[in-house]
Amino acid sequence: MTTYMASSTSPSYPEQTGTRPAVEITHLRKTYGTLVAVDDLSLEVAEGEIFGILGPNGAGKTTTVECAIGLRSPDSGTIRLMGLDPKTQKDEVHEIVGVQLQEGAQPAKLKVGEILDMYRSFYRDPADVGELTEVLGLAAKRGDYYRSLSGGQRQRLSVALALIGRPKIAVLDEMTAGLDPQARRDAWELIENIRDRGMTILLVTHFMEEAERLCDRVALIDNGRVVALDTPASLAERARGGKTVRFLPSAPFDDRLLTEHNEVTRVEHQGQHVIVTGTGELVNVVLLSLAAAGVTARDVQLDSSNLEDAFVKLTGKHLSKKEEGERP
Amino acid sequence: MTALSLPRPTRRAAFGKIVLNEARLTWRGPQGLVGGLALPVLLLAIFSLISPFRRPAADLGGLTPLDVYVPILIVLGLALLALYNLPTPLATYRELGILRRLSTTPVPPSWLLAAQGIVNLCVAVIMVIIVLAESIALGAPAPKNLAGFAVAVLLAIVGLFPIGLLIASVAKTGSSVGVIGRVVFFPLIFLAGLWWPRELMPGALQAVSTASPLGATVQAIQASAQGQFPPAAPLLVLAAYAVVFGLLARRFFRWE
Repeated sequence: MTTYMASSTSPSYPEQTGTRPAVEITHLRKTYGTLVAVDDLSLEVAEGEIFGILGPNGAGKTTTVECAIGLRSPDSGTIRLMGLDPKTQKDEVHEIVGVQLQEGAQPAKLKVGEILDMYRSFYRDPADVGELTEVLGLAAKRGDYYRSLSGGQRQRLSVALALIGRPKIAVLDEMTAGLDPQARRDAWELIENIRDRGMTILLVTHFMEEAERLCDRVALIDNGRVVALDTPASLAERARGGKTVRFLPSAPFDDRLLTEHNEVTRVEHQGQHVIVTGTGELVNVVLLSLAAAGVTARDVQLDSSNLEDAFVKLTGKHLSKKEEGERP
Repeated sequence: MTALSLPRPTRRAAFGKIVLNEARLTWRGPQGLVGGLALPVLLLAIFSLISPFRRPAADLGGLTPLDVYVPILIVLGLALLALYNLPTPLATYRELGILRRLSTTPVPPSWLLAAQGIVNLCVAVIMVIIVLAESIALGAPAPKNLAGFAVAVLLAIVGLFPIGLLIASVAKTGSSVGVIGRVVFFPLIFLAGLWWPRELMPGALQAVSTASPLGATVQAIQASAQGQFPPAAPLLVLAAYAVVFGLLARRFFRWE
């Protein structure tokens, strides 16, 4: 559970009406022998959306995206990327999708610029290497050998290779795995920078902080199924059954002042502090009601649950707990 | 490969870039040009310093040992290119997930195989030209049937490279190519006559040598050096290796 200073996040659903979904997965199922990796998974990603696939190791996240980009064939179910079938229209799909895979290495003795230049030549209307390396903080590294790059720089190069073809859909699988906290924050900033370009981004992660910060919507995956799909804020709120405001009132007041509002579900007293549980615009309701009664609230804290809490509540598991690997 | 949706000029440029990067890697690789290029050139220079090597010998049909060794050293270079230089990067690319990564782009990963083949073909041709020029400079006769010589060398490459591709298919990592390559290389280069020229081998061993890819290559190159077009037997042997190992490699090559 995270404690934020009073602040409210307004969930913003992407505009979905009238546009074809960028990614459409229906009843996807994929097994490896007796192991069911993905079991009846369906989701839709709108164009321009940053969509998170969040779940613990072994939940079926990587298998799902590998099916989506045509690296694996599903046992059943359908997948469409901008209306294209990755199974029968592989070549067309590869032209509009940029991929960053886990464990994606490059030859040690190629230079960054040479690798980018080669991948650039695979596409009809590629991005400018200079601009891309600038955005990714690799501009000074173009003449360096791949083997001399740090883990964070290699990861950024791998993201650059996913974006070099100006894809309509970018699939980033564990983009920040193995990065130190600073490099991770840099990578997040990068995604925030490119989100304005109208690209649809499918972000696979098991870092709830990453999903909370970057994603418009998140699908929580467990045992090969979508257990919940919503904005990060709504999922978190749903998990807790509300949020909590804790404050120190300047004067005693009647609880009914607060309980008469629909947003408020419960009022408790803890020493001199008051704890109000509720939903929606709870902070505003509480502060305005108190102000109207001439009471000021000091030391206001908003406790809100996060995606991790949502995940624990929905699956009984912890996200970050290391479990068996994704692939058989 | 035919289902590619990219326009032809884009495809051509993409393949060119892949070949260019493979050439750079070969040039920068530590072992890349040592075995397949430098070793035969150096060995020939060393052999020429040993005076008995320059005297005609009766049991070699009046040839000098140096004359006999020119084809053997060419075969040594070709074998190292085919059995180490070609498969090592391919197995490494699979190990690193590069073939898999490439299969998510509009360009098929098989282009990387083709590019490696082209780069090693170029190195092989350069090696043959240098060794030949060196041998002529050292007083050995030029091949009397140049067309036959070219056919022998090219068919040797066509016969040997698929063996390397099969090694790349069964090797799990780039370094295990070295192990498999060694196991394959030493018997083959023995049969080619590196330590015991074919002319001096007993009949049965010579027959085995003729049926081996490197022995057949030596036989074909020697024939062309002496003015004949290579006989059918070694050429058919090499063609058979090309077909059989080509099919096996095609069957067993894994992209991930």
